[in-house]
This record gives sequence, C-alpha cells and structure tokens, in this order.
Amino acid sequence: MTEHELIWRIAGGSGDGIDSTSQNFTKALMRTGLDVFTHRHYPSRIRGGHTYVEVRAADHAVKSRGDGYDFLLALGDSFARNPQASGEAYYGNEEVKPLSENLDELREGGVIVYDEGLLDTDEVENFDERVEENDWHVYPLDLRGLAREHGREIMRNTAGVAATAALIGMSTEIFEELMSDSMSGEMLDTNVEVLEEAYREVSEMDFSHDLEVPTGSHDEEQVLLNGSHAVAYGALDEGCRFISGYPMTPWTDVFTIMTQHLPAVGGISEQVEDEIAAASLAIGASHAGVKAMSGSSGGGFALMSEPLGLAEMTETPLVLVEAMRAGPSTGMPTKPEQADLEHILYTSQGDSNRVVFAPSTVREAYEQSREAFRVAYDYQIPTVIVIDQKLSGELASVPASHFDREPNADLGSVLTEDEIQEAAHHASGTFNRFQHDPENGVSPRTIPGQKDGRFLASGNEHTPQGHIEEDPDNRVAQVDRRSRKLEAIRDDLDGQDHSNQTYYGPEDAEHGIMVWGSQQGSVEEAVDRLNDQGHSVKALGVSDLMPYPKKEVTEFLESVDECLVVEMNVTAQFRGLTQKELGRFGETMSSLLKYNGNPFEPAEIVEGFEIQVNGGDEPPTAQTRIEPAAGD
Amino acid sequence: MSKSFSAIGAAAQDDEIDREAFTPGIEPQATWCPGCGDFGVLKALKGAMPEVGRTPDETLLVTGIGCSGKLSSYFESYGFHSIHGRSLPVARAAKLANPGLEVIAAGGDGDGYGIGGNHFMHTARENHDMTYIVFNNEIFGLTKGQTSPTSPKGHESKTQPHGSAKDPIRPLSMALSSGASYIARTAAVNPRQATEILTEAMEHDGFAHIDFLTQCPTWNKDAKQYVPYTDVQQSDDYDFDVHDRREAAEMMHETEDKLYEGEVLTGRFYVDEDRHSYGEEKRSTGEMPEQPLAERYFDDDYDWERSYDLLDAHK
Repeated sequence: MTEHELIWRIAGGSGDGIDSTSQNFTKALMRTGLDVFTHRHYPSRIRGGHTYVEVRAADHAVKSRGDGYDFLLALGDSFARNPQASGEAYYGNEEVKPLSENLDELREGGVIVYDEGLLDTDEVENFDERVEENDWHVYPLDLRGLAREHGREIMRNTAGVAATAALIGMSTEIFEELMSDSMSGEMLDTNVEVLEEAYREVSEMDFSHDLEVPTGSHDEEQVLLNGSHAVAYGALDEGCRFISGYPMTPWTDVFTIMTQHLPAVGGISEQVEDEIAAASLAIGASHAGVKAMSGSSGGGFALMSEPLGLAEMTETPLVLVEAMRAGPSTGMPTKPEQADLEHILYTSQGDSNRVVFAPSTVREAYEQSREAFRVAYDYQIPTVIVIDQKLSGELASVPASHFDREPNADLGSVLTEDEIQEAAHHASGTFNRFQHDPENGVSPRTIPGQKDGRFLASGNEHTPQGHIEEDPDNRVAQVDRRSRKLEAIRDDLDGQDHSNQTYYGPEDAEHGIMVWGSQQGSVEEAVDRLNDQGHSVKALGVSDLMPYPKKEVTEFLESVDECLVVEMNVTAQFRGLTQKELGRFGETMSSLLKYNGNPFEPAEIVEGFEIQVNGGDEPPTAQTRIEPAAGD
Repeated sequence: MSKSFSAIGAAAQDDEIDREAFTPGIEPQATWCPGCGDFGVLKALKGAMPEVGRTPDETLLVTGIGCSGKLSSYFESYGFHSIHGRSLPVARAAKLANPGLEVIAAGGDGDGYGIGGNHFMHTARENHDMTYIVFNNEIFGLTKGQTSPTSPKGHESKTQPHGSAKDPIRPLSMALSSGASYIARTAAVNPRQATEILTEAMEHDGFAHIDFLTQCPTWNKDAKQYVPYTDVQQSDDYDFDVHDRREAAEMMHETEDKLYEGEVLTGRFYVDEDRHSYGEEKRSTGEMPEQPLAERYFDDDYDWERSYDLLDAHK
C-alpha cells in the first residue's frame, strides 16, 4: 500500500451486482483523475459462488492488477442459502467465501468491510489471529439491513460503495452523478438515499486505518473500456458492418458489443446455429462486398477451422476473433489461458496461411483490430485477433483521444466496374480473378453484381478463372502466389511507422523478458521493479505471431545474455514458435509458465526472473512452472 | 443505383437474356457421368434464368461439395464453390449483404440433409429469400457409392454391408416443419416441370426448397425408380390446397412413403406467400438497413460513423 495507489476488491456471489457496482466505482475513481485497471474473477455459473472484482487506481499509469490489495468489501453471497431450508446453507459454506477466500492476498494494514447481515467472522478460520498478525482494520456493517431500511436489499452494494467512500475519503457527489447517468425515478431516489445514509453512518464512526484514496489528475479526458470494446470499436472504425457468431465465453463480449451498435450504424448482426455457420456467414458477406467478422473461443474456434481454410483458398477477406480461455475441451470457461496459440497458428488442413495478431492492452486491441481488417482486405486473407479472457474483460482507463481516428471503409483490393473492363481477362472474356502473376500475391477481386467481373470462388484448387483444376503447373503457381502474400504482409508490417511489437526498459539491458498478449502489463511492472533492485532488464512484447517478426525478435535476443519467456500455458507454445521461426536461441530462452486459471502477478515474474538469473528450476510458487533453457 | 452494381435490376426488362448467357465461355469439361441426373438440373436452371429475368452478373450460385457442387463450374454467373454442407450459411449472408442479388444454393443429399442438416433447418426457419436445390440421388456419388441420408432402409453399400438400419430422411416434411415457405419436389427426368418449379422458386419471396430427384447411373442403378412420376398438380387424384400446412404435410407424407415403393409424386407441395422473408423482417424491425449494405462501400460520399462518437458511455 502506498499513498500513490489503492487496490480495492469487492467480493460476493455471481448475480449480486458485483460487476456493475465495481464498474461504477472504477469510473468514479477515473473521474477523480486516477488511472484505473480492473481484474475480474468469476465462476462459470449464473448465480452464487465466489466472485470478485479488483480495482487498482493510481496517480500514475497502471498496467496490471498488481500484487495483493488494500481494501476488501465483502458483500456475502445472497444466493448461497437455500430459501426452502430456513437458513440452512444449501451450497455448503459459500456464503462465507466473500470473506474467507480473499484474505490471503490482503496486504498488511489493509481494511475489511463486511456485511454482518450475511457474513459471520466466527465461521472464518483463525480470523481474529490473522487480523492481529496483519494489522488489518475490520469494520462490520449491516449493509443488508441498511439497504432494506432505506430502499431494497439489492442496494446493499450501494451501501458498500458509500462505506468505502467514507472510509477512504471520497465524496458521494461523484457516485450520485454516475447513478443519475444510469437510472432515474424511484430507483434513483432510493439508491441515493441508501448511498447518503450509509455514508453518513460510516463517516460518524471512529477509524483506525490510515488508508486514503490517492489524488491524481489527467492531462486529457479518459474513457473506461475493456479489450472487447476495443476490438469491436476497431472493427467499426474499419467499416465492419457484418458480424455473425454463436455465444461462447469470453468471445460473447465482442459479439454483443458489436450487436449493440451495428443496427444503429446500418450494419447487420447474426446469431446463428453454430460456429461453422458463423464463420461461413462472414465469408458470404465478405464475398458479397461487406466488411465482415466472426469469432469464438477455443472450442468454437475449432469448428471454424474448416471455414478458415475456405477463406484462405477462395481468398475471401475474413477477420476472426479468438478470445482464449483455459482448455482443452470446455476447460475453464471463465478463466484465462494462452494455450490456444498453436491451435490458432496451425488449424485447418494443407499449407494454409493466416495472419495472427495478439494485442496486449486495450489500446493495442483497438489498433490491431483495425490492422487485422486492413491486412485481411488488402491481401484477401483470413486474419485472427487473439485476445484472452483477461484482456477481453478487464477495464482500463485510456485517453479518449486514442480513438479519435479517421474511419477506413476501403474494401482493399476490389476493382471498380471501370477497372474491371481494363483488368486481365481470359481469351474467352472471363475475368481472371486468381491471376498468377501479381507481385505481392494479391489478384484484384470483384463483387457479385458488378458488371463483367464474374468468377467462381472455389475451395478446390482452381484456374485463374476459379474453375477446379489439378494441373501441376497451375497448382504450383497458385500455391506460390498465395504463399507470397505472407512475405508481402511481413514487409508491409515492417514498413509501417509503428511496430506492433512493444519494447520496454533500457535499450542496453543485459537480460530480456519476452511476452505475448495480455501478460505484457505485468511484465512491464516486473521490469521496473527489477531495474529498481539493481538488475538490468528489458522486455519485448510480441503481437505479430504470423507472419512472425523475425528481424525484431532476433535483434532483441541477440542483444541480451538470456531471456525469460512468460506465458500462460504449460507447453511453452510461444517460446516454441520463436525457436521454430528463428531456428536458434534454444540456449538463450527459458520459460516461466502459469496455467492455474489466474494471470501472472508482477511479483511472480520478479521471482521467476531471479531464479533464472541465479540458476535453479524450482518455480517461484507452486502455481507456476519453470522450463529451463536447452542445455541447462 | 451505385456505379458498381449497375447490372442489378437493369436487365430485368431486357428481352435479350437467354439460356446461352449462362453457359461458361471456357466450358470446363463436365466430370459428371454419362446419363447423370445433374445434367438435367443444369439444363432446367439455365432454362429458368431468362424466365426470372436475371443476368449472370446479378446471380450468385453457391454450391457445396460433391458431384452436385460442380454445378457452379458449369453455370455462368458469380459463383462460390464452398465446402461440404456449408453452401447455405455462405449464401444467406451474401443475400443479407446484397438483397439485390439472385441467390441460389445447391448441394447433394449428403451435403444438404447430412452434414449440412443443421444449416438447412435454420435457413428454412429464418426464411431467407433464396432458392435451395438439393440434388437427391439417394447415394454418395463422388466418394463412390456410400449410403446417404436418403438411401432406402436396407440399402447395402461398402459402409453399410449389412444393409442400412436407418430410415431415410424425409426432406419435404423436414423443410415444412423447419419453416420453409416454398417446398417442391421435381425430377431431372422431367425438365419441363423442373424449369417451371425453379422459375417459381426464384420468384418466390422467401426460402424455396426444391428436392430435385436426380438419377445416379453409376452408383445407384435403382435410378429407374424415379419413373413413373406423377405431377400432383396435374392429377385429379391428388387434389389438395398447396397453401394449407396440414394438407401439404399429408401430401408430403404420401410422396415420402411412396418414393421407396416405386411411385413418385412431384410438384409443389407447399407455398406460403404471406410470410415475410427474413430480410424483410429484419428491415422492418430496424435490424438491417433498407439499402443494400454492399453498395455503401462504393459510395464515396457516405459518411462512415466512428467509434469515437460512441464513447460517451465510457466517460
């Protein structure tokens, strides 16, 4: 705990409004001028069970959930008791979990507010001893009773937020503003009453803690959004007006955000029978001249393997989102993992190509979503935006100006009707859709309905006009041309003003950490701490996974003595990809792996790094694993 | 009308459209066997296009895999030869993206009623404005003669050496219960009826399903079972109201029972002209734009909305 940051955790049962309450609280902190970042932890069930959201707010940039937290608001699980069994616990002792399950990570000197209407510290093992040992400050409040008295029981969340505000020195004004943005009438009035009453009651109490909300100010206006919003907004700004999908956690977030906005901007959203259909619809819409996307999570993406190959063979632009969760099979639906990498890179039969972007932050999710559309439509190739359950759901404050960009609805390599007349045609007059010779592999395309642009798009190997053909010369020419696209895309990405890879730390550092996707923020914080401790460390966050940024990664790995590769899977998939692509560095890279359903905390990376540097293969915690470098 | 889709609709009154316009300039050598029923489908389709008043440029034919999937190679129009069972999801999105297109999907009985059965059910249910031709020869042809979803019970093949223990699919009843608004069965051996039905199906505003009986002289010698057939509309014995769901259902059961007994009823079995197509439903609720979405990308003056203007909710 520092005076510069506060980490607040709200815990309760799913369905108790934990998510919306924490979002409002996060927004309130952002509005006071703080940088914010959230972490959601929830079970795969609709109501009840242990869930929490952690909100980190600081007067400086925050990049991860941090380690531990300062303030627990334990609301209790209102669904844990069986209403039929007069007070008997129905799901075991779940109603005490909001209190008992969270204590391990509460920092020394931290604050606990719990709802004594639902929770009883007698049921928590060694509670008093732990409180004393850790110098925790405990405030039992009858939040449920207070909410009942002044409004409705469900408003105990509001009472909890008011208690938090009173205890850390925030005013209620900002919460009232937020409430009036989202509700009105009697609902608003009673909530405000609960808020004010709880605030007044708690303000009158004697406090023993010295925890306060930090003060901060923003140079420019901030917005609060998560990786799913950012992917959706990137797509909208690239002129995507068609989405098709089947619900699956956590991909559903991107799907519903797009669905919420598309009709208003004249677009189409389709919830369809399965993921094979979803990707096939996006192909159909794209073929017919509309920028389209689809997506899913692990198991659903597996069904898209077949249409992914179809898009590649027919050279139909297609953008897919893969929001990873822990696998295999159904795995852990609400927990993050980065174990679908090889599945995304290599799924689908044949020598198939696709482009894969793995953004690491909300900002990058927006930029690389736009990039995914640009590349898909310019090069007529499927592109995949890889996010995970963590990035898809975590809220972060981002300057609004980051999104102040020009839209781009260009269909890329599509001809106008005038250009069709001038374009290459077969002697018979048929348009040469898949001509052999273009330099970057891209044969310009036409859209059904355009005059004289007729062609057949076929998933079979085909002639320049699209007809099925197994002639060896044609086969070689077509495979070579399609493969050339990846080289051209690599040149294109290397030639952009902005690299998709993120460098962090002093350029001349001795040691390196490599990371991909959502774990980058934790790595950056770890790098700062390690350098403060006297180490010499820098990091490279890689977002381009196919085509792989060989030059950038080679330079990075050549510039360090050794490199720790951090990823959330057990088979070190990204490290394996790097070795496959570069064909060397086996003795430079070791891995720090985590696959328990929770993302890395900066402290784990700091410890993992120290083990790598000092030698040894004992992991920093029982929940992580070290994979030594080749030859170690 | 956008400059890039000038063909759409312009030729509707053009008397010059003829069946030859739908013959590819570079005709790929047909890989169908001599005597294959698929030739009959191609012929009927080419015959129907001028009746409907559509040019090749404004027609999109989406096919699946198998002998039937090759239809798009021998028919001149915009084409999409997709993958096994997936013609319908590709086709229906193209129709939503550009309702000005005449969209036809085609596949075989394995493709349409087997691997693509789920898509068939849902496309019919949504009543997309398109025509779906299923080449039904009761056999897997291109993979060399395996039992298909429409093969009769007891059918022996290398994959069902003891004879199929499964009852065949009843495609017409399946289409009806799923919600198709136009359902017909015709046969390759009856090109005149087939052309008429295809014309009607394309003119129908909604999902038109045609179970198209095609003989497979190579793998299913029983192809002769399709003769004789009876046109239910021409026969006094089968007087029923084609707009009545229950009567239509009864007639479908009759033909689906008789098909395997050697008597084949063909013709229109169900027509619902009142039900709105999916596109119309979506437009009426504001879920879909009035103008073809695909045209917008060619309109240089269109002002594209930006996400920046949606950010108020995030402040």
